[in-house]
Amino acid sequence: MLIREIHILLKKEIVLEWRQRYAFNGMLLYVASTILVCYLSFNLKMAQLNPITWNALFWIIMLFTAVNAIAKSFVQENAGRLLYYYSVVSAQGIILSKIIYNTGLMLLLTGLGYLFYSTVLGNPVGDHSLFLMNLLLASVGFSTTLTMVSGIAAKAGNNTMLMAILSFPVIIPILLLTIKISKNAIDGLDRSVSHQDIITLLAINVLVATLSFILFPYLWRS
Amino acid sequence: MAKLVSIEGLWWKLLTTALLLYVVIGGFLMEVPRLAILNETIRAFYFHVPMWFGMIILLLISVIFSVKQLKSNSLQHDRKAAAYANIGVLFGVLGLFTGMFWAKFTWGAYWSGDPKQNASAIGLLIYLAYFVLRNALEDAQQKARISAIYNIFAFATLVPLLFILPRLSDSLHPGSGGNPGFNAYETDNRLKMIFYPAVIAWTLLGAWLAQLDHRSQALKEKMNAKSVKL
Repeated sequence: MLIREIHILLKKEIVLEWRQRYAFNGMLLYVASTILVCYLSFNLKMAQLNPITWNALFWIIMLFTAVNAIAKSFVQENAGRLLYYYSVVSAQGIILSKIIYNTGLMLLLTGLGYLFYSTVLGNPVGDHSLFLMNLLLASVGFSTTLTMVSGIAAKAGNNTMLMAILSFPVIIPILLLTIKISKNAIDGLDRSVSHQDIITLLAINVLVATLSFILFPYLWRS
Repeated sequence: MAKLVSIEGLWWKLLTTALLLYVVIGGFLMEVPRLAILNETIRAFYFHVPMWFGMIILLLISVIFSVKQLKSNSLQHDRKAAAYANIGVLFGVLGLFTGMFWAKFTWGAYWSGDPKQNASAIGLLIYLAYFVLRNALEDAQQKARISAIYNIFAFATLVPLLFILPRLSDSLHPGSGGNPGFNAYETDNRLKMIFYPAVIAWTLLGAWLAQLDHRSQALKEKMNAKSVKL
């Protein structure tokens, strides 16, 4: 039942996104311009950024992209449509489908962002598969946390400033772990070094997802 | 003779006062272990560490009231949750400042980017965001429900921030990165004699403050409701 609901809602999200492509194209342009602005501000020739700066800059760009992309997940739903959802599907279905959809969106955006970023600013990564796995974990973490926060911000009048204030401190544990694992991947350290961090990151993701699943029905009802 | 004033829960408030007097007087005057570098600053242990214990306990109580609020939908629980979060943040700020003061004399700088310092600064940001959210919501029922949701959500991310992440990285802070911590001092009975009462006393004081806070808030709301009626 829940699976079927999620399936239908996901299909709806994708169809909607496809019909109004400007939102997705806007996000892509946002990533590209931010990366270009960074590149131009550092006034760099290829690959002169030291790995620590490279890493931090990449994740900050991804963080802002994520906040902007996911902030709109409840904005585009108008009041009448929300009421309609309320009467036909369960709250759990809504939040899970939004999280899954946003994860996909983030994967696409971070993946393309990573490609463009490494073309322009060079790619010092030593352990590519670890870096990509980290990208996946970060996308899941960002989307679960931010989807819930955007739901909260939407209830408080869709204030973009509120979205930023509420999400930044909450997302920091995930961001810090991601940056740490990604630094290990850049240095090409042995996998065993990152095991503990990866497990912690996974645990935080699971915790946040579970909490969203439990808390969202209360948010939805108001 | 009739009682002039009756104070609710008088016994634990008297206990708090007595314990605090003992902690402050004993904390400054009684013998402490002589340790290199730390010297007399070890007395910060009686004031700084209980602030963190107090903060965690108060924030935990706040989350419990938030859960109750979601279940019962009563504004009373919301007021309590907000009051405990308020005082919890006050304790956090005091903990941060006492820690910085201590760090100046032992590490040589007020702020040295220690993981625990950073984590506590972020923790405070989370709760400041909670207060901004509360102010952004007009309707009392909606404010109660949504801020309760954020409170639970925020507390869940605060736990890894304060307890797991600092352990994954090296730190100057006692108790991590191979530095002697809590357990190394615990063997010293002179410290224990003040420290345990200090934790209890400061936490009780926090609960007392929170009680005053939510009661005055309730009175304010009552007065507002009355003035609207007139």
